[in-house]
Amino acid sequence: MVYVNGAGFTKIGLLWEYSLEDLAVEAALKALEDSEVKSVDAIVVGNMTSGVMNSQENLGAVIADSLGMAGVPSIKVEAACGSGGAAIMWAAISIMSGLFDSALVIGVEKMTDVTDIPDQTSALATAANARYESSLGASFPSLNALIMREYMKEHGLSEEDFAHLPILMHKNAVDAKHAQLRFRISLEDYLKSPYISEPLRLLDSSPIGDGAAALVISSRRADESVEISGFGAATDVVSICQRDDLTRLRSVELAAKRALKMAHLEIRDIDLVQIHDAFSVMGYLNLEALGLVERGKAHIRVEGGDFNRDGWLPVNPEGGLKARGHPVGATGVYQVAEIYLQLSDRAGRCQVEGAETAIAVNIGGTGSNASVHILRRC
Amino acid sequence: MVLERTSIPLYWRDRGIKYRLLGGECKSCNRRFFPYRKVCPHCGSTDVNKVNLPRRGRVVSFTVVHNAPRGFEYYTPYVIALIELKDGTRLLSQLTDVEPDEVREGMEVEMVIRIHRTCGESWLIAYGYKFRPVLKK
Ligand SMILES: [Zn+2]
Repeated sequence: MVYVNGAGFTKIGLLWEYSLEDLAVEAALKALEDSEVKSVDAIVVGNMTSGVMNSQENLGAVIADSLGMAGVPSIKVEAACGSGGAAIMWAAISIMSGLFDSALVIGVEKMTDVTDIPDQTSALATAANARYESSLGASFPSLNALIMREYMKEHGLSEEDFAHLPILMHKNAVDAKHAQLRFRISLEDYLKSPYISEPLRLLDSSPIGDGAAALVISSRRADESVEISGFGAATDVVSICQRDDLTRLRSVELAAKRALKMAHLEIRDIDLVQIHDAFSVMGYLNLEALGLVERGKAHIRVEGGDFNRDGWLPVNPEGGLKARGHPVGATGVYQVAEIYLQLSDRAGRCQVEGAETAIAVNIGGTGSNASVHILRRC
Repeated sequence: MVLERTSIPLYWRDRGIKYRLLGGECKSCNRRFFPYRKVCPHCGSTDVNKVNLPRRGRVVSFTVVHNAPRGFEYYTPYVIALIELKDGTRLLSQLTDVEPDEVREGMEVEMVIRIHRTCGESWLIAYGYKFRPVLKK
């Protein structure tokens, strides 16, 4: 079995004083301090854009060196916005193989050294197909906007129906000290926010920010450890024009099925959920892919309070990608770090009462690369 | 940023796809797809023929881009559309010769060759397909 022994993360935001390495080091040192396991056999870094945004590849070695851990094997894992979850999974596999006893997983993204918005937009568009999507001028939000439009047509939804998720996420983030957007928004704010790519608005979208999160994982069960009971990953067709069903996240369905099978659990056994709400429509599609809501009905359930922190099944109690923030390749590690704190009763004002099991969904691209983790209180 | 690809071979290699809508036709599952590739995205078969896809179709869905990637800022706001060609094959394209507020779902469109963008300081001009409303006679 694999256990999370410690977690650490930075605040998320426009962190002008922090370099890529500074972020990774702060999160990693906090995780090691939090953990009873103090030395690691391997480092796995989740990151998407260090090449294009920071002119820095070979990130495994750069970060091991920055931590004074030269000598330890270290590698970067990349799966676009799903890099963090992918890094956790491959680190867990390395421990289950028996080759390593412990590993440090670091998700890090330094986005704000690129200050021009078109350059940021280009960097994020590398998650799509470079030759037939982004090279035509399709931005990453525009692909999500097309999916949102199809979803609205299929289920007869209005733009207003998408406001409920960002409103809940902003409300949750007020209590999370590390969150980027700690303020509430109203339906009126949502409807007044500008279009980024119609019908997708600014307040449908996760913000651009810097951040890093880290986990110490090992085969050793210590005090306050949380078990990684299952994980799964899957890919899907990358170009949205080649997908048979634009409003279905097949990769998430497959990855969740694999993770639940490994954990010997059903989705109804889960007490706490982290979804990948990079855009409101993606949040809804995540809930559908997990089998938590009927297709086209997520907005009703969110509005009705089912997914509030004290609701039927709490979702993203720290505010999710929308409001906690989405430092791309770090996000999947933030999700599991937050779950770790929840399941060891250390989530402060974000604490969900009595959760025993939790699931985290992290996706890359418009659902082309997904990983799902299931954690359980020891 | 190292994002602005200015290489001539990159565009030359894709000339069939960018100028003639070169797609694939799978002999195994009988489905067509765009762009052409050796392996069918639907069934994984390698029994794929090259086919020039029809140049007419209709707008299935569209969005208006206000925040463009580098190299496309000049054209904002512009329309990215999901288009279904006459044979049912789908592709993404910019629309041209039409204002964003004139675009409708179901609108008949046809392919034309237009400048996609001018690449950075090299001034390499990348051409390729865009779609415009079918002109009424
Ligand atoms: Zn086929």
